[in-house]
Amino acid sequence: MPSTQSSAESPAPGRAAPPVLDIRDLRVEIPTRRRILVAVDGVSLQVAPGEVLGLVGESGAGKSLTGSAVIGLLEPPGRIAAGEIRLEGRRIDGLSHAEMRRLRGRRIGAVFQDPLTSLNPLFTVGDQLAETMRAHLELSPGEAWRRAAAWLDEVGIHPGAVRAHHHPHQFSGGMRQRIVLALALCAEPRLLVADEPTTALDVSLQAQVVALLRRLCRERGVAVLLITHDMGVVAEICDRVAVMYAGRIVETGPTAQVLRTPLHPYARELLACVPSLAPQPGRLRQIDGAMPRLGEVPAGCAFHPRCPDAMERCRRERPEARPEGERLVACWLLAGPPQGGTP
Amino acid sequence: MLAFVLRRLFQAALVMLAVGFIAFGLFTYVGDPVNNLLGQDATAEQRRQVAADLGLDRPFPMQYARFLSRAVRGEFGVSYRLGVPVADLLAERLPATLELSCSAMALALLAGVPLGVYAGLHRRGRLARFLMAGSLLGISLPTFLIGILLIFLFSVRLGWFPSFGRGEVVRLGFWSTGLLTQSGLRSLVLPAVTLALFQTTLIGRLVRAQMLEVLRTDYIRFARARGLPDRVVHFRHALRNTLVPVVTVVGLQLGGIVAFAIITETVFQWPGLGLLFLQAVQFVDVPVMSAYLVLVALLFVSINLAVDLLYLAVDPRLRAGASLADRVA
Amino acid sequence: MGDHRWRRAAARAWDSDLLHDLRRSPAVMTAAALGAAFVAAAILAPWAAPHQVFDPGSVNLLDAATPPAWAEGGQARYPLGTDSQGRDVLSAILFGSRVSLAVGLSATALAMVLGVALGLAAGWAGGRLDAFLMRCADVQLSFPAILVALLVDGLAKSFLPRRVHDEAAFYVVVTAIALANWVGYARTVRASTLVERDKEYVQAARVLGRRPAAIVLQHILPNVLGPVLVIATLGLAGAILTEATLSFLGVGVSPTRPSLGTLIRNGNDFLLSGEWWMTIFPGAALVLLVLCINVLGDWLRDALDPKLR
Repeated sequence: MPSTQSSAESPAPGRAAPPVLDIRDLRVEIPTRRRILVAVDGVSLQVAPGEVLGLVGESGAGKSLTGSAVIGLLEPPGRIAAGEIRLEGRRIDGLSHAEMRRLRGRRIGAVFQDPLTSLNPLFTVGDQLAETMRAHLELSPGEAWRRAAAWLDEVGIHPGAVRAHHHPHQFSGGMRQRIVLALALCAEPRLLVADEPTTALDVSLQAQVVALLRRLCRERGVAVLLITHDMGVVAEICDRVAVMYAGRIVETGPTAQVLRTPLHPYARELLACVPSLAPQPGRLRQIDGAMPRLGEVPAGCAFHPRCPDAMERCRRERPEARPEGERLVACWLLAGPPQGGTP
Repeated sequence: MLAFVLRRLFQAALVMLAVGFIAFGLFTYVGDPVNNLLGQDATAEQRRQVAADLGLDRPFPMQYARFLSRAVRGEFGVSYRLGVPVADLLAERLPATLELSCSAMALALLAGVPLGVYAGLHRRGRLARFLMAGSLLGISLPTFLIGILLIFLFSVRLGWFPSFGRGEVVRLGFWSTGLLTQSGLRSLVLPAVTLALFQTTLIGRLVRAQMLEVLRTDYIRFARARGLPDRVVHFRHALRNTLVPVVTVVGLQLGGIVAFAIITETVFQWPGLGLLFLQAVQFVDVPVMSAYLVLVALLFVSINLAVDLLYLAVDPRLRAGASLADRVA
Repeated sequence: MGDHRWRRAAARAWDSDLLHDLRRSPAVMTAAALGAAFVAAAILAPWAAPHQVFDPGSVNLLDAATPPAWAEGGQARYPLGTDSQGRDVLSAILFGSRVSLAVGLSATALAMVLGVALGLAAGWAGGRLDAFLMRCADVQLSFPAILVALLVDGLAKSFLPRRVHDEAAFYVVVTAIALANWVGYARTVRASTLVERDKEYVQAARVLGRRPAAIVLQHILPNVLGPVLVIATLGLAGAILTEATLSFLGVGVSPTRPSLGTLIRNGNDFLLSGEWWMTIFPGAALVLLVLCINVLGDWLRDALDPKLR
């Protein structure tokens, strides 16, 4: 595996199995009335089998759109303009509607942010579980219902057989998110795309849901693309993390490393902003300025206007992702002197 | 749930009382109540008797109470214009209006719902856009003009259908129906279509709008994310969620049909309640106006109540009410 | 401060997606142009009409029931034919549109003022006033506009002495339609008022001692104008149709100042005998007018809907 290419594959040696999810140079555009906005600009990442990869960044960085692109539910007029998305080696970004439909649920599961609105209020949860399984697995209605009840027990809702007859409004928020998890996993996918699964929950419930997510996926060997802006969750369950800024990935690497010693200036600032409980006088840190809106991304490195260490090169050229040990970082500061030409 | 039903009944009663009040006001203070009750040809003796009965010298609330008791028994006095007891007039005309209204509603539903669903599902398709453009035309056409145009085309030019009247009717007990004779059915076609056209457009647009909104929801998105087939997503999920609020509105529309029937009956000289009411307004025939008001209010209130109950049956969230026992933390 | 905001809003509007959208949709542009032409013709009717149809001296009874110019027996100076009294149909349509628009605009304006005022009051005051008004609104909503209008009309006629009926007819119709239509405005405005009332800048203004009326007018009112405008446009179409219906039924405007509805009524008697132009042309004019307004209103609603942006 060549390790000096910009759209690099994971440089970690010894990973024999191909990644479950392989995104290369993904570009998502949103044509509006006046012009075309680029929301995801050359994003590349891989998720190994059974691994949990966190995709973090501020609101508006393009994380959710990346997730939507993977499951093929980009809201029009958004569209995939370039790049490749491979699931277990097979390209899925250009598939027809019918083929994509077969993949969803069966190979890729998805969980969205708001459990309250993710469930159809008119149907029982048992119904919704059973229909999902029957859409993908060959099951009789009775068998599907039995499994639905078993799933409810599995996610901690007892007694499953009774509660399967209840409607979503009869469950609390935390329980609903657990049902949503069950729904996403019941057709036995290999990959789960979780888009802000804990954001809408109380802190006390977040921990439960996160633990459940981790357990279920570990037990079944399901890889997870976890999209979130909550560093706590990332620290809790992610094996690796990718930091996103203005539609681009600025740093990727093992969680412990990135969180303790972030290399990219934005990642550094971002992690420094996380308030800690350690007794520390002083103000909350914040980064000056704001992430550029779609259509206003500066030339060169997207972060350079806010970067305390920006160089002339940062203004002109967009940095490529370069390996640094087990990580990939897109920053000229780490690049060393350029081959030929002036800094 | 019981509380919900009781509350609704209570509100219904309030509305009826309010309407009864207006009708009472009309009856008593506009024109001469004695005349209203007896008609123009009563003797002086009868008048004195009735004046005493009515208690015109009694306090206001008592008069109101008496009016209500008479109304409940169906005594609304005598029509100025026709000299016939109002209750008889109403009874005679009711079947015509009901048959017309129900036929029109049935037509509107049969046409409007599928069209709306189609336009909602295929939002950007050519046919859907054409239908939406057509629907704009549909709500720009006043009912009476539709009637005139249909008469012009199908009666005057083509001669397929009669341009007025109800045709032959068959009496079944107190009901007279035009559905059992060929001329009756043929006479029903143009008026029913006229009445239905506006409603079809409204229902179509409503269903489409609701469908589009439902298709944007998170639970539909999640259903797709679970890989459910389109057929299931559209017809099992989206359709059911769409129809629930549509049912309410359609129920309320039924009331509108009764009102638009006034126009249709006028254009086609259909012998129903609507025509009766219009003639009463033109003539200032107070007893008829007042009775029609009460009758129509009763109809609306009953329909509203029925729709509320239907909603209750269909939406599980309302069935469980706010009972905490069902919620397990 | 207020002036500054208006200027900014105007600049935003010009540059906005709204007008961009308008420019891009030929159907809507056509509707807007046609509507404007209608309005212009209607306003200028006394000067633009080829014949002064409601001036008894200029009407020639001998020309009665002339077909349109292109049909057999037609004359060039009566392009759309004449009615049973010898009045030029085209001119009658122009004058009639004038009346229809006058009633429609007045009724809509009145309904808007009434509804907005009541909505603001209900939303701001809350409590019993709000509950009472909403109860009234709920009850009235179950009665269709035409029924309410008929009722008000009938009541007014029974209270007014007969000789005043004719002159008062216009005002009675306008009031009737306005009373039938105020609810839509009231509800929307009330909902917006409730939302705005709890916002911080309003609470701040109250703490600062600004008078409630000033707060309502200066802060809350601008925020509700968008939806109100949409309702008003569609309401105008409805008002015109309601007036036409009332006039057709004979309980609308006075026959001496006929609206399009009255013209249709007059011509209807001759439809069966084959003299179709007396009814069909005014009918077409009515539909065209209302259609233009509906197209504009529909487009306006879509353009102002934040969800569809």
